[in-house]
Order: sequence, then structure tokens, then C-alpha cells
Amino acid sequence: MARKKNSLTYEVLKGIWDENPVMVSLLGMCPTLAVTNSAMNGLAMSLATGFVLLCSSLIISLVRNLIPSQVRIAGYVVIIATFVTVVDRFMAAFFPDLSKALGPYIPLIVVNCIILGRQEAFSAKNNPGRSLLDSFGMTLGFMSVLVVLGGIRELLGSGGIFNIQVMGDWFNPWMVMILPPGAFFTLGILIAMVNLINQRRGSK
Amino acid sequence: MNLLLIFISAALVNNFVLSYFLGICPFVGVSKRISSAVSMGMAVTFVMTITAVVTWLVYHLILVPFRIEILEYVSFILVIASLVQLVEMFIRKVSKPLYETLGIYLPLITTNCAILGLALFAVLREYDFIESLIFGLGAGGGFTLALVIMAGIRQDLELGNVPKIFQGAGITMIVAGCLALAFMGFAGI
Repeated sequence: MARKKNSLTYEVLKGIWDENPVMVSLLGMCPTLAVTNSAMNGLAMSLATGFVLLCSSLIISLVRNLIPSQVRIAGYVVIIATFVTVVDRFMAAFFPDLSKALGPYIPLIVVNCIILGRQEAFSAKNNPGRSLLDSFGMTLGFMSVLVVLGGIRELLGSGGIFNIQVMGDWFNPWMVMILPPGAFFTLGILIAMVNLINQRRGSK
Repeated sequence: MNLLLIFISAALVNNFVLSYFLGICPFVGVSKRISSAVSMGMAVTFVMTITAVVTWLVYHLILVPFRIEILEYVSFILVIASLVQLVEMFIRKVSKPLYETLGIYLPLITTNCAILGLALFAVLREYDFIESLIFGLGAGGGFTLALVIMAGIRQDLELGNVPKIFQGAGITMIVAGCLALAFMGFAGI
């Protein structure tokens, strides 16, 4: 992308392609693979993760000069875990079905490498505004991967998308796509596609 | 019998890596050499077993009596983080070469979802003390098994002719998919 590095738009946009947390940095693989058996679950998961990422980035970039560097990881983790608890309780109260479908993967946002990685690599060194933009971009990147992955798996695995049936009766669902192996296969092929596109763009 | 069932279920049928997708980061990161995969697996098994025991104690002796289960995540992650620190210091003291092989991956165990996942699953399934211990051992064993198999395959893959776009993460995911497919066969046990 020709946009200037360090510009504010770049902070947002880099998360979507250039530094996509899942495709390029291979972070946050666990939720990416685990909850994408439908597009809806992927969307819900990325919204929950995004909320935690935005809130903790804001807080951490505000207190970045107050935390001694020896205990910073522990400090970050406590802040993140607090917001995860908030999300978890919120979802259990307002979206009980989704909360059940995602199960222990909501609390597992605590150990999502994307969140801790962004705090360590970005929020700890930048001011709140920039950190928020960065987190927003990362969330968008994470969301696009999760929804695409969930969409493909749901389409092939149960013949629908966002719970709406799109395939006709002739379609025989590929059960394996909504089971664990399908997650690995789909993500592997998606990563290869991204590499292919990058390669084409690079050679121009 | 029940304990054996928990062990086998955690190690094979519901393998943490291949059917719950927990601990994918080290699974992708440290599975290039069999030797480092074995030591990583051992480190994780060790931390998992201790975590299972300690989080059980924390949950049932502190959180439940004081009715502060809502602090579950915060307290678990703190327990895990300090345990990992402890293990790191211990390994550095005892075995320098092992410390150098595991290198940066030891601190990463803190953010290894498998460890926190284990603690959460143990609470969710209402295991008692011994069951949690066995669950931790089984999950750690299963993790090591998956990691070592994966490392073996990837060592051979280096000699193979992998299409350029699949190199690295792409092919790793496809191989993991095949492994997951194979492990689904255990569901019949």
C-alpha cells in the first residue's frame, strides 16, 4: 500500500491487510479456528474480542508510564482479564444462546495473543488515540478473517450463511467443514490465497 | 475406571490441540524439531498438571467460600502467570541447555490458551481434586503427543516440494487438519 507509514489512516488500515493479526502474524489462532463453525459465531467472537482489545488498549496506553516494566505483563493481563469478565457477564445476560455456543472461548479471550501482543507492541509505546486506532484496525482485520472463515465453513458445512439457508436441496453438506479438521483446512487454504495475492502484487 | 476415562478422553478423544484448538500458537511455533517439541511438551505438561491442582485449590478454597466466582478469570490467569515464572526460574537453575532450547517459548506458556482452557474446563465439568490432576496430566500428554507427531511430519516436509504459497503456515494448517481428521477416529473409544 502506498499510504504513508505512521499516518493515522495507516494505523487503522494496516490491521486489515499488511499486518493482519491472523493471516500475517498468526496470532489468535485458537479462537479463529475454534468458533468459526458459523459466520454468526465468528462475528460475535470478533466483536467480543474487539471490545476487550479497544478497552484494554485505551487503559494500558493511559497508564503505560505508571506500570514498572518488570511487572508490566502481569499488569496487562489483569486489565485484560477484567474486561473479559465484563464481556462474559454481558453476553451471558443478553445473548445467552451465543454465550453458550462460544462456551469457554469467551474467557479464553484473556490469553488471546492478539490482545497481549498489541499491548506489548503498540499501546505500551503510543498515546491513547493512536492505540485506539491501531486496535480498531486490528479488530477489523480479525473480524474479516473470522467472518470469512465462518462463512465458508458454514456454507460448505451446513449449506447456509448467518443461519439462512442458501443452498438448495441438492446440496449435500460437507460435515467435515464444521468439525475441527475443516477449520484447519479452510484456514490453511485461506493463508495460501493471501500469500498468492501478496506474491502477485509484489511481482508487479 | 472413571479416572482412566478422563485421562484418555483428555489425551486422545478430545485432544486439546486438535479438537479444542487450544495451544495452537506453540503448536505452530515450536513444532519444527522433534527435540524441541519434546521439551516444550514436557514443560507444558508440567505446568498444566500443577495448574490443574492449584486452580482447583484456588477455586474451591478461596473463590467459592467467599462467593467471588466472578474473579475466576483474573485469579486463574494470575496463578498461571506466576507458575510459569516459577517453572522458568526452576528450569534455568536445573538445566541450562533445556532453558536455551525452550528460550522465548517458556514465557509464552502464560498466554497458552491450553493452560487457561484446562483450568476453565476443569471448573466447568466439576471435577474433584484427583480428577483435575488426572485431567491436567492427560491434556498435557495429549498436547505433547500432537506436538511431537507434528514436528516429525514437519521435519520430513522440509525435504518435500511444497508449493511456494503453501510454505510455512499454510501447509502446517493442512497437516494439522489431516492430524485432526486422524484423531477423530479416537472418538469411537
